[in-house]
Amino acid sequence: MLIGRVIGDIVATQKAPSHEGQKILIVQPLNLDGTDRGGVVLALDAVDAGAGERVLVATEGWSAMTAVGRPHSPIDMAVIGVIDAVTLAA
Amino acid sequence: MFLARVVGNVVATMKDPAFTGKKILVIQPINKSGDAEGAKILALDSVGAGAGETVYCCRGREASFPWLPDEVPTETSIIAIVDQINVEKL
Repeated sequence: MLIGRVIGDIVATQKAPSHEGQKILIVQPLNLDGTDRGGVVLALDAVDAGAGERVLVATEGWSAMTAVGRPHSPIDMAVIGVIDAVTLAA
Repeated sequence: MFLARVVGNVVATMKDPAFTGKKILVIQPINKSGDAEGAKILALDSVGAGAGETVYCCRGREASFPWLPDEVPTETSIIAIVDQINVEKL
């Protein structure tokens, strides 16, 4: 899983049926120090996350499709949590 | 999932039978601003995407799910044609 920030969303009318009715978020993965970690990714929204929020991203298909309740779907990433705090042991 | 632009196609008459009748497209991964990022790769098309169109793709085993119950040996598939990319000003 990764920490990311929701920076927007995608509109796509022509798409796999299992993506119907799902918000498709643009997420910027983050390092623990808050800096960008590679390029943006797209993830289906399982927790109604909003733009600007720091989120938990499942980055593997089985967990992603399970989180959005759509088995056997071409989904490989999902936002599965909104992060309140991250604490690192000193 | 990740954003990409369709930049070409591949014709192969001798191929895995599960690929018969399916388009193999050359795609250029793009960043949130639409600029090319990373190397071009091949993806199997499941939505009828054409050259120049912005799409998004799924990776991994899930990439073969648009064609279930057929077992299609693809690990990257185009699963949506993107109408809009909304990046918020955070």
